[in-house]
Amino acid sequence: MTDGGRKKVASALAPLQLSGEHHLCPGCGHPVAWRLLLEVIAELQLAGRAIGVVGHGCYTNIVQLADIDFLQCLHGRAPAVATGVKRVQPEAAVFTLQGDGDVASEGLAEVLHAAARGERITTIMLNNGVFGDTGGQMTAASVIGQRTKTSLDGRDAETHGYPVPVADLVASLAGSAYVARGSVNHAGSIAQTKRYMKRAFELAVGGVGFTFVEVLTMCPTGWFLPTADGPGYLDGTFEQTYPLGVLKDCR
Amino acid sequence: MTARLLQGSDAVARSAIEAGCRFFAGYPMLPFTDLLESMARLMPAVDGVCMNAESEIEAVNMALGAGAAGARAATGSCGQGIALMQEAIAEAALNEVPFVVFNMARGQQDYFQATRGGGWGDYRTLCLAPKDVSEAVEHTQLLFHLADRYRAPVMMYGDYLISHTYMSVEVERRDYGPRPAKDWALDGRRGGTGRSRQIWTWAMGKANDPGPGPDRHWQRIAEKFDDMGRVESRWEAERCDDAETVVVSFGTAAAFVEQVVAELREDGLRVGAFRPVSLWPFPEAALAEACASASQVLVFEVNAGQMIDDVRLSIGRRIPVRPLGRVSIDFSGMRQGEILTVPWIRDRVRAAVKEVAVK
Repeated sequence: MTDGGRKKVASALAPLQLSGEHHLCPGCGHPVAWRLLLEVIAELQLAGRAIGVVGHGCYTNIVQLADIDFLQCLHGRAPAVATGVKRVQPEAAVFTLQGDGDVASEGLAEVLHAAARGERITTIMLNNGVFGDTGGQMTAASVIGQRTKTSLDGRDAETHGYPVPVADLVASLAGSAYVARGSVNHAGSIAQTKRYMKRAFELAVGGVGFTFVEVLTMCPTGWFLPTADGPGYLDGTFEQTYPLGVLKDCR
Repeated sequence: MTARLLQGSDAVARSAIEAGCRFFAGYPMLPFTDLLESMARLMPAVDGVCMNAESEIEAVNMALGAGAAGARAATGSCGQGIALMQEAIAEAALNEVPFVVFNMARGQQDYFQATRGGGWGDYRTLCLAPKDVSEAVEHTQLLFHLADRYRAPVMMYGDYLISHTYMSVEVERRDYGPRPAKDWALDGRRGGTGRSRQIWTWAMGKANDPGPGPDRHWQRIAEKFDDMGRVESRWEAERCDDAETVVVSFGTAAAFVEQVVAELREDGLRVGAFRPVSLWPFPEAALAEACASASQVLVFEVNAGQMIDDVRLSIGRRIPVRPLGRVSIDFSGMRQGEILTVPWIRDRVRAAVKEVAVK
């Protein structure tokens, strides 16, 4: 976009974004992930065939803010619901948007079976390792040592068990075509994550199989950290447990 | 079209396909299993989808997704499987996604489950209980029609005798008029136009087109269920006009009661039979009217006493309402036990009639 010869890096609103107002906390990583998702859908010209199936979490608000068809569904069940949608609308670009509580805790069975079946859908899992929407409790993806309201002294493997690396599990299944893990805490990782999302949509829409992008996002509120410390905490803790990169690419 | 000898499950599957059902998802559990098998066999020929889902939770959520995307969709199970589905049935009632649930129950012990539901929120589940395979074929198509008409999940209460009995039936398309347009269904086509769609239990709408929100949305749904309650109750009353004793029963048990009433009438006893065809809405007014001349009401159900609550709500305290059935299940845990025979019921109805006559 140009304006009097000056080049604008980005407009305030992402493509397909209906409003700039949201209820998310300062420092939250979700809006960055939303933007990437909408940019990818717009750039792949999928707006007129996209159907989003959204789980329960802070990110649920996207169903109000984005100008694409959305079905907000029960906690954890989005991959099963999206399967029903895709099987009767095979031309649609069907994706789920879920958090780590939605995928790793409540809905682990649903995502793994959808992957195993090779459903031609994309699951975007926003992983901040905490139930943000309910105020900061431990999820199955919380990392060892992470303090939450239900692991006050930090997640301890002896007491709370180990975090579930969902992306690795999905990658191990023959039905998954593409699995990648990105983050939104640095400009470089944001650009990389967008490329992951784009590839994931291309392959699912192209009928190759189930695609999965995990996005590590900041939740300074749920991490009980000063807002500005979110990106650094992600580097220092989450990325140790959840290394970034492409875990699987069918081609 | 001519009648064919079909197993109940197969007949119901064929009727569903005649009704336009093109998506089915289920998880094996007897006596529902045969319906899933029939769907798996029949759906490919009509380019339909049958999913052998990995759980009942997945099955019902798949049906919800297919229904939200505009297809005529169905799922089914029984007992524990229906229990697992209740969350999504409630969700679909509140976000207004139609589909049909074929509850091929293990006997009659799940009346409460079917009519009260175990989901969340203010909702109801319209539920029809056929008395035999032929009626199940008819109800199947009616249920798809009602689901679409009211944008709500609806249920058939069948059982082993529906799913496993062979009966000579005609499965042909029934005409319920033009199907309502599904201008609410998701197809993705309006994305980017400012008129994209949303299905959400909270009905918050879009930033450029706010929805009513949960308070008004759920109030409207409550009013919709009130309307359904007023106009969608169905029943059958046999020889109740002059009956001193009315026997109330539902589903396949009602076929036995019908026979009992016919035999006792031949003996000169003034007995009638009343059958709620819809378990919800329960035909309260019709039952009260059918019992206008009666001095007692007997409730025959093969369980510890569930439908009797609805009968008492309908009749009040004017005349005695007495239970006739009890828990009765066979060794397999899925078929009705020893009390579901004409002699067992007849003897007890006869005794109850005489007892009142003595008084």
